[in-house]
Amino acid sequence: MININEVIETNKMIAEMNLDVRTITLGISLLDCTATTLEEVKENIYHKITTTAKDLVKTGKEIEKEYGIPIVNKRISITPIALVGGPVCKTPHDFVEIAQVLDEAAKKVGVNFIGGYSALVNKGMTPADRMLIESIPEALATTERVCSSVNVGSTKTGINMDAVRLIGEKIKETAELTKENDGLGCAKFVVFTNAPDDNPFMAGAFHGVTEADKIINVGVSGPGVVKRALEKVRGESFEVLCETIKKTAFKVTRVGQLVAKEASKRLDIPFGIIDLSLAPTPAIGDSVGEILEEIGLEYAGAPGTTAALALLNDQVKKGGVMASSYVGGLSGAFIPVSEDQRMIDAVEAGALSLEKLEAMTCVCSVGLDMIAIPGKTSAATIAGIIADEMALGMVNQKTTAVRLIPAIGKDVGDTVEFGGLLGYAPIMPVNQFSCEAFVNRRGNIPAPIHSFKN
Amino acid sequence: MKKTIITVVGKDSVGIIAKVCTYLANNSINILDISQTIVNGYFNMMMIVDTNESAKTVSDVSNELGQIGEEIGVLIQAQNEDIFNMMHRI
Repeated sequence: MININEVIETNKMIAEMNLDVRTITLGISLLDCTATTLEEVKENIYHKITTTAKDLVKTGKEIEKEYGIPIVNKRISITPIALVGGPVCKTPHDFVEIAQVLDEAAKKVGVNFIGGYSALVNKGMTPADRMLIESIPEALATTERVCSSVNVGSTKTGINMDAVRLIGEKIKETAELTKENDGLGCAKFVVFTNAPDDNPFMAGAFHGVTEADKIINVGVSGPGVVKRALEKVRGESFEVLCETIKKTAFKVTRVGQLVAKEASKRLDIPFGIIDLSLAPTPAIGDSVGEILEEIGLEYAGAPGTTAALALLNDQVKKGGVMASSYVGGLSGAFIPVSEDQRMIDAVEAGALSLEKLEAMTCVCSVGLDMIAIPGKTSAATIAGIIADEMALGMVNQKTTAVRLIPAIGKDVGDTVEFGGLLGYAPIMPVNQFSCEAFVNRRGNIPAPIHSFKN
Repeated sequence: MKKTIITVVGKDSVGIIAKVCTYLANNSINILDISQTIVNGYFNMMMIVDTNESAKTVSDVSNELGQIGEEIGVLIQAQNEDIFNMMHRI
């Protein structure tokens, strides 16, 4: 039988160390929403989302109450809209109308984000894909809860550089259109290579075409719990350090598994995966940067940071895999700048640069995440930064992503402020030398030699 | 059997257990086990209870005990046992 010390330990994790389930994300296929006119498609989409997800928020709250574990976000991911809207959308503005319907549906069911205003263009773009990408700035500026993503590369196909170049321009446009809110639109857009079909985390969640009609995916969190566990093993060997992270990750993930199974049962929707991510928030004591400091670095970004992060990421997976029946999504430590107070501090102290962050993304999930850059940064330079990050993912057979926020009218030394889970970010300097001739070449970067495994 | 864990954390005072037990008895909730300890000067009590015969859900019990806790200045929670089993048992 459970003893009092175990109960106290669990409740302390929740009350003092910010243990929570970060998101229950309901994946919904919209492939059956196709019709002959745009109006019908819009109607079908609204109907399918609002009926499938009508009990999502209520069920999440019931589980929270019954188990005493906070579930911070309830969200929806959908089939990439370029596929759903493709047959009926004749202009980019037609796609924007679908985005607005998604926003209304999200508000109706009470979720804070809906992800999947997306296109998968890793090898080439259809006219619909291109129109969707063209529509992203307006879609993000005129909606509140819609998140967008584009997959521009993969290990099997290489990198679609025409899409990378176009997205560089669209990120700038999105920043311009939402400059009153410090470029908030860009915080809702991610560009990927090797994007997973079952990612529950925003802004990059979408419901892949390989998925079932509907599915429950859960993202766990718990940087604060890992940090507190590591406080007890200061100065100990790497073996002790790794064992501690692994055991803690196991406990955190088990809670996610419980919530996922329970949500699946109550909603009568199959359980998909647990995403084993350490997802920080701007709250004190909920930071991946703080874990890196606890491992032995003065600040995230100091020499040794990449090694420390590699170790952390690997142990989180090793502990988490055993705790869950199915694992997927991004699964790893997130290193967003604006959403992590100690990462912000590291940037402000001059310890952490864009280039060091790029190196760190080789060994953990996601990529350059929530990074504010000077508003004057050119579209070509943004495309160059994206291309570098995509190449890391392509060659290392992993997911990488870029979520950059050009802060219009602001420069290094200023900050951007989003509030809530998105936090604030100091503007980071960007390498000033040009890559224009490189990104202006047409076509694709071919797949790397080690992708030819057949 | 559906088991629920009730925890009480706070400054020790007369009648805490009596108040909780009265509530449980009035709602047909059977106490299976009680243990308590002092952590950092705070009173920590845990009860394992059986809610099968009760008309109340775990969420109701948690809300109502939470209110009783507020009245006497301690934190009272009721949670489904599974969260602890999942975390501490393989």
